[in-house]
Order: sequence, then C-alpha cells, then structure tokens
Amino acid sequence: MDALVGRDALALRRLMEAGEVSAVEVVRAHLERIHHTDGRVHAFLRTLDRLALAHAADIDRRRAEGQPVGALAGVPVALKDILCTAGVETTCASRILEAFRPPYDATVVRRLRAADAIVVGKANMDEFAMGSSTENSAFGPTRNPWDLDRVPGGSSGGSAAAVAAFDAPLGIGTDTGGSVRQPAALCGVVGLKPTYGRVSRYGLVAFASSLDQVGPLARTVTDAALLLEVVAGHDPADSTSLPEAVPDLVAGLQDGVDGLRVGVVAELMGEGVSEGVRARVGEAIARLEKLGAQVSEVSLPHISYGVSAYYLIAPSECSSNLARYDGVRYGLRLGGQTAEAMMAATRGAGFGPEVKRRIMLGAYALSAGYYDAYYAQAQRVRTLIIADFERAYRDCDVLVSPTSPTTAFRLGERIADPLAMYLSDVCTIPSNLAGAPALSLPVGLDDAGLPVGLQVMAPLLGEATMLRAARALEADLGFDPTPRGPNALTAPREATPR
Amino acid sequence: MDLSTHDVRHVARLARLALTDAETRTLGDELSTILGYAEQVREVATEEVAPTSHAYPLRNVLRADEPGPSLAPHESLGTAPEAEDGRFRVPRIVEQA
Amino acid sequence: MTTTVEQASRYEAVIGLEVHVELATRTKMFCACAVEVGAEPNSRTCPVCMGQPGSLPVANRTAVEYAIRLGLALGCRIAPVSQFHRKNYFYPDMPKNYQISQYDAPICVGGSLEVPTDAGVRHIGITRVHMEEDTGKTVHVGESGRIHGADYALVDYNRAGIPLLEVVSEPDLRSGEEARAYLAELRAIVLALGISDARLEAGSMRCDANVSLRPVGHTVYGTRVEVKNMNSLRSLGRAIDHEIARQADLLAAGEPVVHETRHWDEDAGVTSTLRTKEEVFDYRYFPDPDLVPVAPEPSWVDDIRAGLPELPAVTRARLAELHGLGAAQARLLVDAGLAATFEAAVRAGAAPGEAANWLGNEVLGWCAEHDVDPPGAPLSGPELAELVALVTDGTLSTKLARTVLTDVLGGKGSPRQVVAARGLEQISDRDALAGLVDAAIAEQAAAAQRVREGNAKAIGALVGAVMRASQGKANPQLVNELLRQRLGTS
Ligand SMILES: [Mg+2]
Ligand SMILES: [Zn+2]
Repeated sequence: MDALVGRDALALRRLMEAGEVSAVEVVRAHLERIHHTDGRVHAFLRTLDRLALAHAADIDRRRAEGQPVGALAGVPVALKDILCTAGVETTCASRILEAFRPPYDATVVRRLRAADAIVVGKANMDEFAMGSSTENSAFGPTRNPWDLDRVPGGSSGGSAAAVAAFDAPLGIGTDTGGSVRQPAALCGVVGLKPTYGRVSRYGLVAFASSLDQVGPLARTVTDAALLLEVVAGHDPADSTSLPEAVPDLVAGLQDGVDGLRVGVVAELMGEGVSEGVRARVGEAIARLEKLGAQVSEVSLPHISYGVSAYYLIAPSECSSNLARYDGVRYGLRLGGQTAEAMMAATRGAGFGPEVKRRIMLGAYALSAGYYDAYYAQAQRVRTLIIADFERAYRDCDVLVSPTSPTTAFRLGERIADPLAMYLSDVCTIPSNLAGAPALSLPVGLDDAGLPVGLQVMAPLLGEATMLRAARALEADLGFDPTPRGPNALTAPREATPR
Repeated sequence: MDLSTHDVRHVARLARLALTDAETRTLGDELSTILGYAEQVREVATEEVAPTSHAYPLRNVLRADEPGPSLAPHESLGTAPEAEDGRFRVPRIVEQA
Repeated sequence: MTTTVEQASRYEAVIGLEVHVELATRTKMFCACAVEVGAEPNSRTCPVCMGQPGSLPVANRTAVEYAIRLGLALGCRIAPVSQFHRKNYFYPDMPKNYQISQYDAPICVGGSLEVPTDAGVRHIGITRVHMEEDTGKTVHVGESGRIHGADYALVDYNRAGIPLLEVVSEPDLRSGEEARAYLAELRAIVLALGISDARLEAGSMRCDANVSLRPVGHTVYGTRVEVKNMNSLRSLGRAIDHEIARQADLLAAGEPVVHETRHWDEDAGVTSTLRTKEEVFDYRYFPDPDLVPVAPEPSWVDDIRAGLPELPAVTRARLAELHGLGAAQARLLVDAGLAATFEAAVRAGAAPGEAANWLGNEVLGWCAEHDVDPPGAPLSGPELAELVALVTDGTLSTKLARTVLTDVLGGKGSPRQVVAARGLEQISDRDALAGLVDAAIAEQAAAAQRVREGNAKAIGALVGAVMRASQGKANPQLVNELLRQRLGTS
C-alpha cells in the first residue's frame, strides 16, 4: 500500500486508468497513512473516511460500467477547513464555528466533486486563516513533517503538511498574504496562488475579501497545474470571478525557459533573509540561467511598504467579514441579558487572540478619524506596488525571490511577537496586493536540512508562464519531497521520488 | 501611535468583543506596536495616488432579476442556536448604536 | 404647549427627509430569493441573504435600472461609476452585521422635486438617491409589544436583502404640510415609474424626518432631531408639526434641543426619545470588496430615459385640460395611481366627469375598505366605461350600478355579465310591459289625460311610473312607444 501513497496525482491517475489499482484501494491506502501519521502531524481536523470510500466505490463502479469519470477520479485531496462542505463540519479552526455544518457546498468543492477528486479530510489551519504557523488553530497546532518540533507555516499548514506527509498527493489551501506559498516552502512542496478571481471565492469563508484566493498544493508542478485546472474557472455566484477562460496549464509545461526573462527582486534578497535561503535561491537562479533564461535584477521600490499596507487592509476587511459571527443565526452562542451583551460574550469567547487582534486593528483603522490615515493610505500604497510590478514586467516575464525569508521555525518561537510573525510574509504579500499569481517551488534544503522555497511571480493571468518556469527548474533540480532528518516523520516505505 | 485603555474599550465596543482587563492591556500594547509599524504607509502615497480597492478591474457584474430556490425554513433555522415559531430568537434588544 | 403657535412663529423650521423605497423587483438585491410579502417566516432566505459564512452577493440588474429610472425622473446626474460600500453596525435583524449600501459614490446625485403646495410650486433639492439592502423584521416579545420593556426578540429574515432606494432631500422643507406634499409627490412619481407599490402603511415606503429650528432670519442650523415611525402622509405632517412645536417651546424656555432620534406615537400624537446620539455612530464605511463598481453604459441610461413614463405633474395637467377635471379631482386620480384606468375608460367612451366620479368615490372607497392598492383594483377602463353607459342609457339606476360595481370589483365579471347574472337586464318584451303600462295609465290618470290633450311632456310621469314598477328594468324607449300607442298620440 505504501507504494501507492508515494505516488503523485498524475501517476495515480494512470494506474487507475490502466485498471492496475482501484479508487477504493488508493483512498484506503491514504486514509491508512493519515491514521498512521496524523497523531504526530495533526494535519487534519477530521477525516471523511465513509464519504471518501463511498465516492471511491462509486467511481470504480462507473469505470466498470464504462461510464465517464472526472479528470482527478479517485485522487485524494486534503481540503482546508475554510471551504464550505454541505452537511459536513466547516470550522475555520475556530471555537465560534465548532460543529458548524454549512447548508451548501463551496464552488471549489463542487468542482472537485465534478472532477471526481476525493476529499479525504478537512485540513487544519490558523483560525480564519489568520497566521503564518498554524499555531493559531483553536484545535491544536499542525507540525512540520520535516521536523516535528517546527511549524509547517500557515495559514494553510494542514494542507501543506498533509501533502508533505504523503497523506494525500493534493491539497487545497487559501492564500491571502502567502498562506499557500509560505507553508508550501516550509514543508518542501509546491504551492500556488492564482490570479485574484481565477478561482471562485463562493463558499470560501472570507478573511480579507479583496486578497483571498484559493490555491493548489502538490508535490509536483504538474500536479499543482492539474488541480488548478480543475478548480479554476468563471463562477456567476462570485462578482469578482474572472470572465477569462482558463488556459490549458499542463500542455506547455515542458516548453522550458530558453529566452525567458527572469527578474530577481532586489528588495527581497536583502537583510532578513537567512543564509541558507539566500544560498539555495541563488543556486536556483543560476540554474535558470544555465537553462537559457535571461536573468536580471529588478527593483520594486514600494514593496517594502507591502507588509504595512497589508496589515491595515486585511484586518479592516476582516473586522467587517467576521462581524456576522454573533450567536444569532449559527455557530457558538453564549448567554447575555441583552442581544448586545450576548453578541459580545459570544465573540469574546469564540475568537482566539490573533483573530481578536486583527478585528480590533481593523475596527480601529476604519473608525472615524483614522480611515484616511490608515485604510485609504494603505489602498494608495497598493496602487504604487501595482505600478512597481507593471514597470518590472515591461522587461521581465516572471519575477523570482525567496518565498519566505527563513525556513521552518520552532513552535512557539514567534507566537509571542505578532509583528515578527507578520514580517515572515514580506515576500508573499505583494502578489496578493497586486492580485497577481505566484507560486513556491522547493529548491533544496538549508544547513539544518529544512526545505527552502523559491517564489516565482507573474503578471495578472500569467499562470502558464509561471508554471513553465517552475517545471523547468523542478526537472533540473530533481528535489526529493520526502521528509528526512533526525526529527522528521518516517517516510512511507518505497516512497518513490522522481 | 499609542492606544489608551479607553481607545481599546471603545473599539472593542464597536466590534462587539467582550475583553478581560488583561486582554485590554495587552491589546493596547500590541496594537500600538503594530500600528506604529503600519504607519509607514503615511510616508509614501500622496493625495494624487488613487486608492485601489479591487486589484482586478471588473465592472458591471449584474444578475438577471430571476428567482431561484431559497432554503427551506428548517434548513435556515437548522443552524440557529435558538429559534421559536419559525424565527431566530435573541435576548431583548436595547436600542443604541 | 399652550404657547406653541406664537412660539413657532418666531422660528423657522428646517426639515430634510430620508425616504426609503422598497423596490418591486422579483428577487432580492444580491441573491435570487423571491420577494414575496406574507410568506412563511424565513422561507425566503438563502446562504447569501442569511450572511452564511462564505456566501457572496451579486447585484440585481433590475434594481439598478429602477434606481436609474428614479434618478432620471428626479433630474439627478447618473454617476458614470458608482460603488457599493459596507455600513458596519451590529443589529440582530442584519445578517452580516453590515448593510451593503452606497457611501461616497451613490448612483444618482443632485436632483430636484417640484412640489405643488397651496403656496404654489416649491423646488425641493434632492441630494442623492442610493441603493442598499433591507433588514429582516424583528418582533419584540413582551407585555409592552414595543422595543422598550420587551423580554426577548424574534427575527424573520424574509425581508433581509430586499432592494431599497434611499432618497435624501436637501433641508429645503419648512413645515409639516410641505413635507407631506413632498412625500406625496415623490410617492406619485414612484408609482408612475412602476418601481414600487410605495405603501407607507405597509412599510414599502418609509420616511424619516430631520427637524431643526432656527430664529427667523438666521442662516445657521439649529440642533437636528431625527423623527421616525411615521406611516402615513397624515402622520408625517402631524409628527413634524408636533416636533416643531416641541422644539419651539424648548427654545423659548431657553432649554437646549438634544441631538437625538425620536419615535412618533400616532395614537398619543407625541414623539418620545428612541435613542440619544451623544455616542456618535461610527459606521466604518469602506468599499465592499465583494462587489465591483457599477458603471452604467450611456446607451443603457439613454434607453431607460427614453422609456420613462409621463410624470404625475404632466398627467394631472393633461387630465385637467384635456378632460376638464378639477385640479383636486385630477390629483386624487393621479396620486392614487388611477390615471391610466381613467383614461382607458374615457377612450372607451365614458364621459370624463362620470368616470372620474366613479373612480374618485366608489372605487377608491372600495379599495380603502378592502385594503387594496388602487392601481391593483380589478376594474379595467373599458369595464368602467361599460358601467357608465349602463347608467346613462337608463339600464341601471345609480343605486343598482353601485351594486354592480361591487360585484365587478369582487371579480364576478364585467358589468354586463353581472347585470345578466343578477337578472338586471331590461324588459323589452311588449306583452310583459303591456300590463305595467296599463297599470301606470290607470294610476296616473291625470297625466294620461294631459298627454291625450297633446301635452307631450306629461308622458314623463307615466314612463317614470313604469320604470319604478319594473325596478328600472323596463326598456324606456319601448315604454314610451307603448304609452303613445295606448294614448293615441303616435
Ligand atoms: Mg438607509
Ligand atoms: Zn437569499
């Protein structure tokens, strides 16, 4: 069975198409892997064994009857617990939504089901996606499969850890300021944030609506592209959904980087970036040049203001988005003499410290007298950052930088210092502010044996180019995503690196 | 930027958050630090820079006025912490913003 | 408040109105839930209008079109780009704890309304018309039945998310009567545009008034008080006059007017404090990231302008000139939304005066009695013309015609069908009439004699007798003919 969990989505699909293995066998193998490892990793808030096996059996039946099956038929997916699943708990890792069962499915969930991908479990996360370590989960942190004393990153730490731990070949995360890319980097997997609007937000529980975007996690660039093709596309239920058709993202993957103009973002290679990260990223860039890319250094003068702008915009939108959790229509409800007292008590008890911090930040930044100094000003910085990118893309096809200034840090290391935690998003935030696509590719290990991620950024709608560059580098580097090292999770036997 | 305890209490009231005194104190310090850092945004952008609220420029996304299915009352009320004869029940409401 | 009248005369009232109009769209503003009054509680709700986690709004094109219609009718500028904002405040009837509204980029800006008053036409400025969503309905449970002293509350979200237009006037109004006239005119326009049933008593049109006083001749505004809960034109006028008097007495007594929101009690005829505003509202408005800007194509706006119906002022004038109605009568019909029925009746041959009377008295009376919105009254112009004809040709007495009308409004068919069903049709059978004619000649011997002697006029009394005896069913022409035969004058 372990041979099965070692495979990537593409390989599993081929095996099932060839009839060498059934969907039920594939799903059972992954569920067993999860039950074997999750006591240590805690990537999942709950597994959906019964539903998953039933769906798998249905796929096998349809295959046997010669009926059509979806593009990801039988392939297990770890779904971040921020996406609504009808009748199945969706908690956002928050007490206030503990045991909340949505009355409807998110568009992403409907698309996954239409493709016959199988959701094996709802993945752990920072509460309402607010955090960079998954320590802000109300139900306990997730640990990094490469070093169980370290964080997997966040907020999609559960999905990233699940993919890294071979619990599932595919994961769905959400990225508001780096929440897919940073955990991908820290867990040694591929993580992608699409162009804003590429994937429907309908049924994605909102944190910061103008920045939130659903993205795929996988152990290979090709798998990430496959999953993105499945979940992307226009959705009339989301006013911000892009009308543009999704291009074939897999077709051009092998076309290489010969002549591709790659810009290295000077501001993101400077101080604050750890030695190991700078070294691996530097080597990866050198490989790109060897492969025929034209590498140059570019400057984005305003992105150093990205973190400031982000921590005004995101909390402002969050303070409004999270107002609905008031104990009236759904979720946690505490007592109170008046409606107001009940709401305040419910929210005071239901939200964790980081969520309260951001709600307070946002309410303050939007409040009378401060709007222009904070929110409006942050939105102006956003305009300047977009202009920086546009200027850079006149001479470049993609931009590169580290995904995270450091590799995985220890649990508890930054929890006491919110600002330090916020600063770990410095490289990823600009793409969210600009609405542009970006991905993280594992490019090696630092001296501590922890994965390093390279961020590849592209202009709006530039996913295909970005994926092509990542694929070329991936093929050249041949990074092995199997967690190893003294404190790593034991790999599945016969795990099969490419 | 320094937030007084009074500021914190006022914002907590706006945001309907019951805070302990300890929370009120720590939040005062933390928010002051974070806002102190975030204040950088005041340095850069000038008045003539237009604010961006939507990163991707879409316009006129409108629906046809055609009815679709609603949830059945038992579905809507299914998630209710407290309900009474088909309605959501809440403690008495005291008028005030 | 004995001194009220003369006190008030020392001050000038400054009044602005905020009117909310519930749009008659088929679905809600941001979701596909059907708009349906009187539906089972919470049966017209979905994840979007319930503010369920993850749900997203998509704006209703027809609601936007209705906003543009009203904007054009009020002479507003239609903003080339307008944006939805979030108005953040907590209230149990608001599912997201923010209301999607418009703040500094409303869809219609700067218009004016010509308000006919006894003192002539007044031009009242329109600051803006913006789109927003309605809230749910709260029932306060407890002996008081009102918000004060309630034990708990129950919320029905069927109304949450229904599209509203908020029409904000400049502070150009000066009296309760002017405010009443302004609201009546705005309501007539909304009815003419067909964008709402605009029923104040039913809450599909709601009006809040901002009232302040200042010494006559001064230009600085006094402290503003917001008055709520006026649900008829009459109560709006009363509430404002009362509030003016109350503030005048305070000022005269050297007491301050408190900046607050007051609740109008129709029965008691007084306003009382609802909430004081010393804690200033802080709505933390910001552009709603879930909704993209609305930028109506000029061609769309032009089409809407081209499709605008005739506005009430014009209709009234035409009814007066073309059909010779009095000003009051024309206003009555137009403001009730019965102009179309009236003109259809006239086209179908009814005498304007007759048609206007039947509509203005009988039909409106019936509507009030049965709580029916007059434009929705089940009586077509041709049917009214038919009824009028039946009266003029003597088939029906006015008294019988009223009965027939009631049946028609009750859906029992056209006037002729009702007449047939009730056996009210004329008797045109010579044999059947012969007896009545002879009886009349015997009864009115004197009149009969005068006819024989050549006094043609005298025949009227005999005809009348026959008509009476037949309860108006006898065919008058035929009766005439038979009488002349009998009396040897033909
Ligand atoms: Mg309003
Ligand atoms: Zn709805």
